[in-house]
This record gives sequence, structure tokens and C-alpha cells, in this order.
Amino acid sequence: MEPFVTHTGRALPLRRTNVDTDQIIPAVYLKRVTREGFGDGLFAAWREDPSFVLNQPRYAGTTILVAGTDFGTGSSREHAVWALLDYGFRAVIAPRFGDIFRNNATKAGLLPVVLPEKTVALIQDAAEAVPPGAVTVDLDKREVRVDGGGLSELLVAPFQIDDYTRWRLMEGLDDIGLTLRNEDSITAFEATRPSWLPSTV
Amino acid sequence: MSSAPRTLAEKIWDAHVVRSRQGEPDLLFIDLHLVHEVTSPQAFDGLRAAGRKVRRPDLTLATEDHNVPTTGITGPGVPLFGPDSPVTDPVSRTQVEALRKNTAEFGIELHPMGDAGQGIVHVIGPQLGFTQPGMTIVCGDSHTSTHGAVGALAFGIGTSEVEHVLATQTLPQIKPKTMAINVEGALPDGVTAKDLILAIIGQIGTGGGQGYVVEYRGEAIRALSMEGRLTVCNMSIEAGARAGLIAPDEVTFEYLRGREHAPQGADWDTAVAYWKTLPTDAGAVFDHEVTIDATALAPYVTWGTNPGQALPLSASVPAPGQTRDPGATERALTYMGLTAGTPLNQIAVDTVFVGSCTNGRIEDLRAAADVIRGRKVADGVRMLVVPGSMQVRAQAEAEGLNAVFTAAGAEWRSAGCSMCLGMNPDTLAPGERSASTSNRNFEGRQGKGGRTHLVSPDVAAATAVTGRLTAPADL
Repeated sequence: MEPFVTHTGRALPLRRTNVDTDQIIPAVYLKRVTREGFGDGLFAAWREDPSFVLNQPRYAGTTILVAGTDFGTGSSREHAVWALLDYGFRAVIAPRFGDIFRNNATKAGLLPVVLPEKTVALIQDAAEAVPPGAVTVDLDKREVRVDGGGLSELLVAPFQIDDYTRWRLMEGLDDIGLTLRNEDSITAFEATRPSWLPSTV
Repeated sequence: MSSAPRTLAEKIWDAHVVRSRQGEPDLLFIDLHLVHEVTSPQAFDGLRAAGRKVRRPDLTLATEDHNVPTTGITGPGVPLFGPDSPVTDPVSRTQVEALRKNTAEFGIELHPMGDAGQGIVHVIGPQLGFTQPGMTIVCGDSHTSTHGAVGALAFGIGTSEVEHVLATQTLPQIKPKTMAINVEGALPDGVTAKDLILAIIGQIGTGGGQGYVVEYRGEAIRALSMEGRLTVCNMSIEAGARAGLIAPDEVTFEYLRGREHAPQGADWDTAVAYWKTLPTDAGAVFDHEVTIDATALAPYVTWGTNPGQALPLSASVPAPGQTRDPGATERALTYMGLTAGTPLNQIAVDTVFVGSCTNGRIEDLRAAADVIRGRKVADGVRMLVVPGSMQVRAQAEAEGLNAVFTAAGAEWRSAGCSMCLGMNPDTLAPGERSASTSNRNFEGRQGKGGRTHLVSPDVAAATAVTGRLTAPADL
């Protein structure tokens, strides 16, 4: 995956809570057997409404999605992450994420950033301002900065992310390769498993 | 020497740590990896691209469930291609074909459509005895939490993690927090496991369990059958919890005894002795506790577009200002075509769906059949009854349940995910309204523009009879 260190761009304000992964990418798009091209299905049902925020020309080229709480709930479909990446998003900011979505995002190089509701609302305000604020998601410093967009001063919002996930994202590392460095430990563990555990073959 | 008291989840976790290091996630061993056609093709491609093998095909099991149709399945060996194939959508066919090629190439056991062992992945695991207490189980499907009902730590994963488990039989995981949901008292007559879990989600919200493994405890949980427990744990993810657990007890052991892949003979005794050590120790501390009064519950139904938007069937559609999230309520009412103040039991439906990994097991079908026996599906209403597995279907037919449903005017189908998720021919049309025993009432979940009310099998059957949301007691 592509490393993520810091990214500056404009934000898309999605003022909705409980955006489940069925909305991010409806099931009919899940029949593909590849990882590419899911951007066309991103928010497919909502995009049929011309006034939907993603359809507004002023938000074309935005790269940071700023959503309400409980973003990415429901289905485990990683296609939701692939659709956001394919459309051009590099990070999603929300007060809370679905656990599986957040995990999937960090495996594929999309940075999920948890910030308090009030901060998220400020960033959404700045995204809607004319001209909009510039949003920087700095994984190295673990902070989001918003410049302009009607803010009287630079907004600096620190966020938390565990050291390991941060390191992996910044290096763009494949988890499987890292785990296989410990293959001896896996083999040793396997030797201790009780013989009565079920086998499928 | 005695160790500190631990919860059930902590015991299973500790028993599966392959490697633990400060500042890193624990590397957990996975005892069983379930695979289906939708979330696996890209994972197998990843293995091939990296020149990797499946480390433990003997701990991996595949089935076709999400996009296979539930009609035209004539038996084992039903063709995937040609004029006799029940799969008419070429894209679905490609995905099923990919699963067949991948499982053959990597030596994984597959239950294809028509096979006697085929069914929804979360129905066949427990049914075959693969799902056992103390195990770690994963699947590229969020409803993997179902398997927690037997006391296994089971959770849904994405496709990157599917590839990781295929390649290493392990997953790096940050230890989740623990939550106890104590359900005190007994459920009143006519109140089911589905009503209980809808009430729980309604109370703690769709994000209430986020970051936690939930253990369901208390008198009402102990009194549930294994099938009811599977229903409760199934919907843990709808409260945000990746995993839900219930401590193994005699109900669990009786359910597992004699199942095809359960331990046999002396192994059985060894296994049971181990399983009895798993329940949460007295004095173990949960990070969070919630208490639910079972005696106050009634049949529940959802009115909105997430499973937390649920109320007793005797209530009315709420106004935005009466809810926690007025904006979300307003959007939901518009999508659902509902007006605040309308009694829920006056809402007319077009379709009734009984099935899914939530409520597609034999007990669910028996409950629905008991309500509809000798009655008729209302004019203008279609009712689909879709067994969760071919084994459930065979058992239901042996008990004559299919005859009860067809005599009432319902359709009797083959096993699959069916109308739960809008990926196969069983869908709602735009604007069509359903009472569904499935797990998600998200916008478009059962088909673009479809409107879903989540209910128990009992309420589903009563609703089919009257054509509006109805509790059996009101028939």
C-alpha cells in the first residue's frame, strides 16, 4: 500500500451520522473479483440526488472526508475502503468509526482519524466556507491542522493512533510480510494445539 | 498459585497469543477460517501475486451463500453454467466460479450450492459442530459474531485480513475492551431472542459496543436455547461490537454432543473439561457493564434505517425531537415513508422474509410455522421462507414445516443469504416495504429503495397473516 505520512487537501463535509458501509458501497457492486474501480459505486444511491454533497462541483477534487459519528458501521466489506481510495480520498475524519471499517482502512492505506464531535463540526464549517480551509492530516505529528475557511486562527487538533499502526501506515508495510517474520512462533504454537480441535479436511 | 480473575474473552484471547510484544498488537492464532464468494477473490489473488500458499487449508471452510439464488437448486451438482444453471447473473456466476477455482487450487473444502452441507456460513459452522467453545473464528463477514453463542471468540474481518489469515493462520490484533450486558429476569411469554437483541441495540445504540467484545450474561441469557443465543450474538455487530460471547454451559454441550465435527469419545470428555474452565471468573472486571430488565421487554420492531432505531411494536413512529439523533430520524422517516405518530402496528407491508444468519435456523422456522399454521398469508403480501442451510431445509421438510408454509401461501426456498442483503435475485423493489427477520434495515439493504422493518420470526409470520406489523398475541 501507499505510505501515508502527511496529506494536505480540501475536505468533503458529509453531515450525516451512522453512514453504514452499505451506503458507502451498495452490495450490487460487490460482485467484482478485483480491487480496482470501485470509485464509481461510492455512495451510489445517494449520488442519484443532484444536491448530494459529492455531486456539488465546489467539492470536486476533495481528498479528506469529514463525516458524522459512527462512520463505516455494518458490513465488513473492505470494498468500502477501496471505493473511497479509488475515488481519491486519503483520509476520513469522524468522531467514531465502525471497528471493522477502521481496521480495513489501515490495511489498505486510508487513514481513519478520530476527533471530538465539536472539532469535526469546525472542520466541516471550514470545508463549507468560501473559500474553504486547507486541511492537513499529519500522521507523523498525529494532528490535523485547518488553515483558513473562516477560522480566526490555525486549528490544531491532536488525534490518537497506536504506534504500530502509525508506523505501518507511514512505511506502507504489508502486514503479511511482517507476520511471516515470526513464522517460527506460529509453527511452535501449532505444535501445542489440542488434537481434538476440529479440522475441515 | 492463582492468577487474577479473567473474563471469558480474556481466557480465549490468552490461549491464542502466538506472540506478544510491548507496543505491538498481539499475534492471535485462528482456529477456524470461514470463507464465502464475496469477500475472498481479491485475497486469493493477493496470495497468488505474492507466491504464497494457504497455510492451513485444514482449518478453512468455504461455502456459497451470498449471491446464489434460492430457486432452481435441483440438488448436488446443479450446473453453474448453461441453460440449467440457476445463476442467471453473469457477474454472480463469475464470483462463484472464482471461489470454486480458488478452493480447488488451494485445497480448501467447499460446500457448493445444491450440496447437502451448503448454507449460510454462520449457520453451517455451528450446525456441523465446527464452532466450539474457546475457539477463535474469523470470516470476511461482519456476522461472524454469531459463533460467539457457543463461547467462541468470533469476529468479522475485511479482505486484507482474509488474505492474512489464509497466508499465516494468524491475525495481529489489538486487545479489545470487555463489556458485560447483564440481562436480568426472565423474558415474558411471546418475547424472543430477536426482540431482546433489538431492545439491547435500541438501548446502547449502533456504536455502543464499538471497541468492545460483549459478553451476554444473566438469567434471560442462560434460559435461551442455543439457537436463540446464536440470534443474540449474531447482531452484536449492529451494536458496534465485533464479537459477542455467551459462556458455554450444559445448553452448549447438549447442542454440540454428537455433531459431525464435535469431539467424540474420550476427546469429548477432555474437551468438556476444558470448556468448563472458560466462563468468566468470579471477581473478573469488565471495562463496562450494562443491565437490561428482561421482564419489561415486548416484541420489538425497527422503524428507521439502522438497527438502533427500534421500539416495542405497541409504540408509535417517533418524532425527530423524541429521539437521540433528530437529524438521523428525520432522514430515516423520509426514506421509510413514515409519519411520526403512526402506530407501528398499523404499518402495512408488501413482503415478509423469514430467513438469514439471524433467524434462518430450525427453531426460527418452527416458530414462524406455529404462528401461521392453519392461517393464510394476506392478499397482496408475498412471504418468503428461506432456510439458513440445506440441512435446516431437510429437517424442516421432515417435520412438515414446508407444507405449513406453502399451505398458507408462502414460498419455500433453498438455502442462502437471500433477501437479507440485495446481492442475489431475492430483493425488494423500490418503495416496497418488508417485515424481515434479517439483521439490517439500512437504506437499500434489501434492494435499492426497499424499506425494511426488522422483526422476529413470530412477528414476521403474524405480519404475513394481517398484512401489517403484528404480534402473534394480537391475531
